[in-house]
Amino acid sequence: MAQILTLCYLVASVTFIIGLKMLSGPATARKGNLVAAAGMTIAIFGTIFLYENEGVKLGNYAWIFSGLAIGGFLGTLVAKKVKMTAMPEMVSLFNGMGGACAALISLVEYNHLSHEIQLSGIETGHTGKVIIIALGLIIGSVSFSGSMIAWGKLNGKIKDFSFAGQNILNMILLLVALLGATWLVIHPGNMMYIYAIFVLALLYGVLFVMPIGGADMPVVISLLNSFTGMAAAFGGFLYDNKVMLTGGILVGAAGTLLTMLMCKAMNRSLRNVLIGSFGGNKKGLAAGAQEQGTYKEISISDSAMLMSYANKVIIVPGYGLAVAQAQHACHELEKLLVDKGVEVSYAIHPVAGRMPGHMNVLLAEADVPYEKLLEMEQANDEFKTTDVVLILGANDVVNPAAKKDPDSPIYGMPILEVEQAKNVIVNKRSMKPGYAGIENDLFFQPKTSMLFGDAKKVLQDLVTEIKSV
Amino acid sequence: MENFLNWIMLNQQIIYIVILMIFVGIEVIGRVPSVLHTPLMSGANAIHGVVIIGAIIVMGKAQTDNYLALTLGFLAVILGTLNVVGGFVVTDRMLEMFKGKNKKK
Repeated sequence: MAQILTLCYLVASVTFIIGLKMLSGPATARKGNLVAAAGMTIAIFGTIFLYENEGVKLGNYAWIFSGLAIGGFLGTLVAKKVKMTAMPEMVSLFNGMGGACAALISLVEYNHLSHEIQLSGIETGHTGKVIIIALGLIIGSVSFSGSMIAWGKLNGKIKDFSFAGQNILNMILLLVALLGATWLVIHPGNMMYIYAIFVLALLYGVLFVMPIGGADMPVVISLLNSFTGMAAAFGGFLYDNKVMLTGGILVGAAGTLLTMLMCKAMNRSLRNVLIGSFGGNKKGLAAGAQEQGTYKEISISDSAMLMSYANKVIIVPGYGLAVAQAQHACHELEKLLVDKGVEVSYAIHPVAGRMPGHMNVLLAEADVPYEKLLEMEQANDEFKTTDVVLILGANDVVNPAAKKDPDSPIYGMPILEVEQAKNVIVNKRSMKPGYAGIENDLFFQPKTSMLFGDAKKVLQDLVTEIKSV
Repeated sequence: MENFLNWIMLNQQIIYIVILMIFVGIEVIGRVPSVLHTPLMSGANAIHGVVIIGAIIVMGKAQTDNYLALTLGFLAVILGTLNVVGGFVVTDRMLEMFKGKNKKK
């Protein structure tokens, strides 16, 4: 039976690699996800029915199956019900679940080990196992509590929070947890220490994510994603289980690279994101607020007029579009303008919305053709010849301060250079600053007009207006 | 030092797997267009749900009178399943939206 299980694990490992590979191409992505899911199913049921430890099969089937049923039911329900806008926080939530799972495994395994030690009275000879358990526990717990905070931040329940010396406190916390783990290695057997480490790691996860600004959450989630991968890999070490090892390391490596790619898209280093300039830099905030000048508003009918007589319109979508669920209205406006002979395209900033690719997913949902989406470099070439740029709930990604103001927290981030266009219409709900919490000079420039209101409502009004032109 | 070398020799299989998997992970992701970053992250998120296997083993090995192990193991199975099932379903929903577009092409 063990031979068949080995085969199951082998198949599953291969499906993970193929699945991930297929996920990175638009045409094969969906199938890739299913391939990986099939592999996972084989691995799970193989483990349940075929796993043997020193000739003893697994027991507690009632518990296992009810756990699978509850988790499967809740998971499907939540994942099916969640709105497209809430996808990023959903990923964070599920990631946290995986981290918690890894931490719990470590706790139970340590419990077994401490029983063993109490029975035999021998403290030595467990070094490797304890190290693996302790690292799995720490990484899993940090991933769990960090993901929960990221989840809370993305759905707006938790605000940024930081205090002086927080980085130092964080370092101390982590050090104490690691020292505790070392103590555990030398004197295994005591449950109290492992709980202390568990609590410290949870606390570290909270404090680690707390000061990082909401705009950086995608990077943090991607990083925590790779953490959970590593935690799963430690589980693989613990049980000498190859599929956990391959799956975990695969995600750990891929997740780390993805994190780097995201940082690169914002032209910032990972260290800069983590130690944070968003949370700590109050100077940029104050300076921006002082410069606030006057802005001009534009009516729906004027905007409609401007766009229908333009030759070329570029739409810049942002999180506001996602919140308002305005992607369908947006597509309708685009079709209408195209019918009138206007050239319309979308400029997608790599970090627009709350996650890279967030806007692409939303617009794809509304059947916007792939060719209409311009990447940042392409779009920046196009703006010079554009008559009207319509910004829908985007802010930081079009903030010229990123290019001009070295004091600004987002200085250095590549932006969409919308100022080069002849006219800029900005749709926002109010003058409130964007997610990074900084003012945007763009709104006060002479060629910019503000069009206040909920993105969906505004777009629908625009459609009606243009139809009557 | 000798301990360390022995450890490497005893665990060489695992060490090979780790190193090769790191490269595979990087290679596989390296060419992904930014359009697919979110679904890819979500898919990877579902794959590390493989930790569920550890939870099943813990649960299955727990003695029937060890309530701590039973409770924590049970919780671990639920959370792990949430990670796997939720992860794959969410990813599928995201990618569903790309499908229509590809048909037209």
